[in-house]
Amino acid sequence: MFRNQYDQDVTTWSPQGRMHQVEYAMEAVKQGSAAVGLKSDTHVVLATLNRASSELSSHQRKTFKVDDHLGIAMSGIISDGRSLCRYMRNECLNHRYVFEAPLPTARLVRQVADRAQVCTQRSWKRPYGVGLLVAGFDKAGGKLFYCCPSGSYYDYKAMAIGARSQAAKTYLERKFEEFASADLDTLIRHGLQALSASVTDGELTKDNVSVALVGKGTPLTLLEDADLEPHLAALADEVGGDGAGSGGAMEEGGGADGASAPPAAPDGASGAAEAAPAPEDEPPAPMET
Amino acid sequence: MAYQMATPAHSAHGAPRAHPSWSPYDNNGGTCVAVAGQDYCVVAASTRMSTGFSILKRDSSLFLQLSDQLVIVTAGFQADSRTLHKTLQTRYVQYQFAHRRPMSVGAMAQLLGNTLYYKRFFPYYTFNLCAGLDAEGKGAVYTYDAVGSHERVGFSCQGSGKDLIQPVLDNQLKAASPLVLPPEEWMTSLPLAEAVDLVKDAFVSAGERDIYTGDAVEILIITKEGTRKEVIPLKKD
Amino acid sequence: MLPVPTSHSPALGPGCAGPSLAYASASTRSDIAPPSAQQPCCGSEPFMVDPSAAAGLGLRRHTDTPYVTGTSVLGITYKDGVMLAADTLGSYGSTKRYKSFERLAKVNDATVLGAGGELSDFQYIQTLLDELATEDYCADDGMQLTPREVYAYLSRVLYNRRNKFDPLWNSLVVGGLEGGVPFLGTVGMIGVHYTDKHIATGFGQMLARPLFRERHRPDMSEEEATELLHDALRVCYYRDKQTTNKFQIAKVTAEGVSVSEAFALETQWGYQAFVNPAANALGTW
Repeated sequence: MFRNQYDQDVTTWSPQGRMHQVEYAMEAVKQGSAAVGLKSDTHVVLATLNRASSELSSHQRKTFKVDDHLGIAMSGIISDGRSLCRYMRNECLNHRYVFEAPLPTARLVRQVADRAQVCTQRSWKRPYGVGLLVAGFDKAGGKLFYCCPSGSYYDYKAMAIGARSQAAKTYLERKFEEFASADLDTLIRHGLQALSASVTDGELTKDNVSVALVGKGTPLTLLEDADLEPHLAALADEVGGDGAGSGGAMEEGGGADGASAPPAAPDGASGAAEAAPAPEDEPPAPMET
Repeated sequence: MAYQMATPAHSAHGAPRAHPSWSPYDNNGGTCVAVAGQDYCVVAASTRMSTGFSILKRDSSLFLQLSDQLVIVTAGFQADSRTLHKTLQTRYVQYQFAHRRPMSVGAMAQLLGNTLYYKRFFPYYTFNLCAGLDAEGKGAVYTYDAVGSHERVGFSCQGSGKDLIQPVLDNQLKAASPLVLPPEEWMTSLPLAEAVDLVKDAFVSAGERDIYTGDAVEILIITKEGTRKEVIPLKKD
Repeated sequence: MLPVPTSHSPALGPGCAGPSLAYASASTRSDIAPPSAQQPCCGSEPFMVDPSAAAGLGLRRHTDTPYVTGTSVLGITYKDGVMLAADTLGSYGSTKRYKSFERLAKVNDATVLGAGGELSDFQYIQTLLDELATEDYCADDGMQLTPREVYAYLSRVLYNRRNKFDPLWNSLVVGGLEGGVPFLGTVGMIGVHYTDKHIATGFGQMLARPLFRERHRPDMSEEEATELLHDALRVCYYRDKQTTNKFQIAKVTAEGVSVSEAFALETQWGYQAFVNPAANALGTW
């Protein structure tokens, strides 16, 4: 059987000029459940769909507070994400200790991206298998970044990552012009609306959704369980408004960036290509556990 | 090795120095008091910051308010005190990340003790009280020395006015001595309003005789409803 | 930003690694010259304990007396911002060694720093702040340190150095404008720091601060503020031997930072008290 010779370690180029290991890491982001981020002029909101590995288990947390002005939502290998989260928390605390001021969001994202980049250039390392949506509010106003395993980071008005995030993105692209002037509740509803577009079976409940919000004069707040109920109830009322996007829309062109385009089919019909886009219905076993 | 507070005019050999050497410590003064009641805690601290016979600032707060149920108040060397507060604030945040709940007074009291003892051989020159409401909603006051020995008490006073105020509290709070056996209730039964008045009187009196206590006193009143703050002016001389 | 691998420093014991301890130093490498008084060879950052010194490989001398010193720095807030004032003398003991030493320095567009005490330490502190300013410039996001951040940072720097028994022998005054609100703070050599509406270091604490307490208002006009500082400087010049009659005033307003040209003040030495100061007050000097 044909084997791809160029994807065995991170420091080997393929003749097509691609880094397969890095691209696989970008694939990992798409296996996790969806995470959505969006911002208005005054607030930034994150919303995630949390998976439970079985009926008997709790749902896995994937929205985290980093500091009073900053929070993250993630998709992919959550254990990698938690390690990045700890790093970010430490950086924020250290910055507060020295400067008595919050660490600007853009500066922190830059540091995290630099950290991720190192893992793409060392033979003994493994790229992070997690994508981070970073929401922050600082002197520069509200910010939403997407930070991916390749070490790239992008500034967004609204963004969705993770499984079936294309449907959520479609919703965001259709509605983003309304976000700027939206009030906080409306912004949260838009976030949940986008998130629900990426759900095929079941629906959004207080157990499988987390929301984080931050804004001018509002420290980062996590909404979980009962706090979510009014928003979910309002969402149910609007249910007439179609959930957007064709449910079957497969993952395509994640960030659609030149630097690290997703591997549509690396090197012919390689084994890796088959493994990468997992069937939508099966819970991808190693992720988010 | 003992560190002298004042600048020595002569070196260890007894020869006069051309220039003064330096001490890593200073005493910036300040007095703090905490009184625990059955369902409240009153914490107060003067706001004058001094060095030697100079007043540096008249409105400096000695408090580190960690939540509306937990406060630390520190007199002594201001640079150490700020560093201690920043460290504890950081640890408080880290505790919440790790445990997803606020720190109890008891937990913070132990952490403060450990943090002070960590610097046993180059101590923080700080005199602390840790105060708040415990799990049962009763007032809690922990009193410390500079190297971390601590004890839970019904009321305490630390800082430059300690010698003036502590005996008055002993006398007025009418709680049983901790030495009485079998143990009796050592927490005061005084109603909140009277405890606050007592604290105000104590500071006015200390301000009369202690040059490091003056300008104003900040009083935090901690109840299960939250924390309320009063500021009472003292003499500025 | 490369993460530094954990090292086991022979100086601090196994498992102990600060960021700089993994650098080559005399304690871990034999081909590196031992540290001298002037140059710690561990390549360490300024606040780290020099591992080679801690290992006893060489004696490191710390400042236990300052050499070239500046005297008081004065600062007041006023309606439009903050003003700092200082003379330009660098004294070598009682010698007027440097007569045009600028003790007020611009940190960035909204912050000035004034310094008394050891002037070489002040210049070192300026290099630290320059490095931070360069980082801000490289980030290219339009952000720069606010005066409060500079003040907080400097309080950590001076406190950390006192912890190492190697103090930066300075009294610093940080002034600036933050969101239209004046900021004025001071940091001392052992890390004591505070903010106030008016500040004076050194002799100024005794000589100028009483004037400030009497005459300062936060809503003073620029003319009033300048006049108050002139009077305070004059008093300092009359009574502090380490002051010369050559001053600068730095100003932070919404327009930015400006440090004035050096100027002299009118002085009057004909007062009877100056002619024979002890005549009316027995027991004084």
